[in-house]
Amino acid sequence: MSTFPAIRFNVNGEDREVRVAPMKRLLDVLREDLGLTGSKEGCGEGECGSCSVRMNGELVNSCLVPVLQAEGASVQTVEGLAAAGKMHPLQEAFLQCGGAQCGICTPGMLMAATQLLSVNAHPTMTEIREGLAGNLCRCTGFTRIFESVIAATAKNREERIEEPAHAR
Amino acid sequence: MLCLNPHAIEAGQTMNTSEKTRIVGAPVLRKEGVQKLLGQALYVDDISREGMIHGATVRSTIPRGLIRSIHYDERIDWDAFTVVTAADIPGKNHIQLIFADQPCLADGVVNHCDEAIVLLAHADKHKLREAMAAVRIEYEALPAVFTIEESERREQIVWGTDNLLKSFLLEKGDVDTVWANAAHVVEGEYRTGAQEHLYIENNGMIAEWSEAEGVTVWGSLQCPYYVHKSLLAVFDLPENKVRVIQTETGGAFGGKEDFPSTLAAHAALLAMKSGKPVKMVYDRMEDLAATTKRHPSRIRHRTALDKNGKLLAMDIDLATDGGAYSTLSSTVLSRATLHSPGPYVCPNVRIRSHAWATNTVPYGAFRGFGAPQGIFAIECHMDEIAVALNMDPVELRRGNFLHDGDTTATEQVMREPVILDQLLERALKESDFYAKREHYARENASSAVKRGMGLAAFYHGAGFTGSGERYLNSIAGLDVTPQGKVRVLVANTEFGQGTNTILSQIAAEAIGIGYEDVEMAPADTRVVPNSGPTVASRTSMVVGKLIERAGLQLVAWLREESGLEERYSASEFFAACARYGAAHGEVVSLCRYEAPPNIYWDDKTYRGEAYPAYAWSIHVAQVAVDTNTYSVQVEDFWAVQEVGRILNPILAGGQIEGGIAQAIGYALYEKVILQDGHMVNNQMTNYIMPTAEDVPPIHIFFEEIPFQHGGFGAKGIGELPHDGPAPAILNAIRDATGVGYHAIPLMPEDIFAHFIAHEINVETVSA
Repeated sequence: MSTFPAIRFNVNGEDREVRVAPMKRLLDVLREDLGLTGSKEGCGEGECGSCSVRMNGELVNSCLVPVLQAEGASVQTVEGLAAAGKMHPLQEAFLQCGGAQCGICTPGMLMAATQLLSVNAHPTMTEIREGLAGNLCRCTGFTRIFESVIAATAKNREERIEEPAHAR
Repeated sequence: MLCLNPHAIEAGQTMNTSEKTRIVGAPVLRKEGVQKLLGQALYVDDISREGMIHGATVRSTIPRGLIRSIHYDERIDWDAFTVVTAADIPGKNHIQLIFADQPCLADGVVNHCDEAIVLLAHADKHKLREAMAAVRIEYEALPAVFTIEESERREQIVWGTDNLLKSFLLEKGDVDTVWANAAHVVEGEYRTGAQEHLYIENNGMIAEWSEAEGVTVWGSLQCPYYVHKSLLAVFDLPENKVRVIQTETGGAFGGKEDFPSTLAAHAALLAMKSGKPVKMVYDRMEDLAATTKRHPSRIRHRTALDKNGKLLAMDIDLATDGGAYSTLSSTVLSRATLHSPGPYVCPNVRIRSHAWATNTVPYGAFRGFGAPQGIFAIECHMDEIAVALNMDPVELRRGNFLHDGDTTATEQVMREPVILDQLLERALKESDFYAKREHYARENASSAVKRGMGLAAFYHGAGFTGSGERYLNSIAGLDVTPQGKVRVLVANTEFGQGTNTILSQIAAEAIGIGYEDVEMAPADTRVVPNSGPTVASRTSMVVGKLIERAGLQLVAWLREESGLEERYSASEFFAACARYGAAHGEVVSLCRYEAPPNIYWDDKTYRGEAYPAYAWSIHVAQVAVDTNTYSVQVEDFWAVQEVGRILNPILAGGQIEGGIAQAIGYALYEKVILQDGHMVNNQMTNYIMPTAEDVPPIHIFFEEIPFQHGGFGAKGIGELPHDGPAPAILNAIRDATGVGYHAIPLMPEDIFAHFIAHEINVETVSA
């Protein structure tokens, strides 16, 4: 498929180039062309949020983003959360508090939570509920996800989350 | 890290377990948690096989009719596609479950919309879509039935000779002698809708076929041996030529109990014909339209009581809509029947239950498996009775609760402790039930937002019904790897509920080694024995007990034969295993199911021990009904339960919270809309589940009474929390508005319609 022009963007701190149909969904490019299968498809219409990734510091449903829109962008996926073999505080909190059950919504949920904490380091429960309202979890009833976010912010206070540069 | 858990489990206050444990009961971390959090866990759609192509399904567009012809449009180069129809099936064209009435692919006749007729495969998913649109099927339409009422009229026979998939008659005492002399007789009819599981991972399967190996499938599924059994029939192969491997599974809730057998057969048929690995992953619209849902129900109660509100007789008529094929309708009906009298003592009970065939996608297993339907009806009916008798619904229940030594409707004697009174007291206290109820009654008069408190009391039978576990005859156990790990050998699968974790805890506890010394064998039918399906809240209790026994058995063998001392470290244990392995060639400890003693069940009369153990619970809902928008918000929720020993407090809490959230959707949000038997709102955009903003704070409290025949004292937990929320919420809406609603899902438009029809005027002042 080299007839397509190159589309270049940064994923998890690495510059990548793909030559695919420009209207191909960013989700499929991540999963099929870049081998990053952490982002999941739950509905294909932007309702469930399991394909959530961060693009230029915004949370997007990657099933609704044609890859051409990612040209020049900085994209962060769940694979970009852990750094130097150490889990991100949110990942650690989800593990400790039972924020993940079947795990299929977890990558998107983690990205939504990362986005929330990047703009609001100490969200209230109402703000957490709003911040995660675009991400559906069918297993947990959300309670332990909220607790995970709170636990991560508590840790935040102690350690401060060091965000990787590419995640801005 | 400190977990800020405001609803930390307050167990222990009534713990009477004499056995101190190190790992069982501890909040150890989810076994496969790290891979899931790193995004490294591999679900079926994350897996690719060399040379793999993609499969798709052409489905019926009419609810019932004869297939006259199948046309393949010439604009497509069909040589580039693999095309499979019923004619390509080497074995039997049916999905082997309880009965064998459901075809793998429709052959000459269709009985519901979205029934699979033609399978296509191609390397390019886009070309596949084009080709699907180029397959045209001509039908001769036949009249179809869509409701319980249409089916029971039998003007059209759409299944068997009488549309009746299954019926039960359960009788205790003699209800007919009671009505004339009863102080009160109260009747009611209750209806529940279909519900979609809405696991976030859709159904998916990869299949390979070769002459030498036979069929191998990898997929998202609950029951590897169900799929195995079904593939044996479709392909007419011996057992060693079919291999089923579960991949990481993104939610199931019963929705991946029977359907994966069909999808596995489809993918494998395409793999056999194409000679290539074939992946079939449904998109959300196909999954919603074509796969199973919870059975809709209509339940009628006629109840006699004495002047003090004591139950004298219960006459229950229970009907479910089973859809076009029998699938699991008989066992769902059984559980609905056995849960429909509620947790009460009644000397005279008659339950007549029927599962009816309709021309819709077959309804299937869904968390609770009939119990939520039965419990919805009885628990709404108890509040209906309370109104009729001018009694407090709490006191009405308390006066009729089952206690130790009482008998149920099947004349099962309650030999284990029943602590409903204690659970009720706790629920009333924690929710501040009476004070809130009084407060809202005062406030509501001058508010457009009406608040109320509602309650439900219920049990859930753990494990297979009646003689089911004896027929299953499960086998499970442990082996020890050369790398020095104990492996749990079970066909029971992890799909979020925590199978991997709790069974590893049980193995580590029984043997006396660390949690990290135990791992799970892959859920691969070539590796693990048939420990039964992962359903019916049976994993902790039944399979957990097998693993506990297998661990103790292994230790006993090592003491007898391999010089293991009375006290030992993990390294001494594994050294003894090495000596045992050198002598025997392997270290494998397997155990087979043994029924608890004194269990008696008669399948004919439906009498005896319906379940070896029951979990018990009280739910309390606090709701706000906005009489301007007619929307209902569940504002707060309390769940008090006794589920035997808690194996892992984080997982147990997660099960309760998740089940309650799902059941709030069942009560208030989730409506399956069918037109001619086809689901028309088959998208997440218009089939609405509760979001992070809809789920209330959920306060959970466990009382623990270890059950000696369950794994380290566990009973079942997974389904229980789905049973109570719907009636508790509708009872709270009655408390708030004075209106008793009898059907779910209860949508704002239903409340609106009732208010208009009854010319209910409400204060329009804002809250």
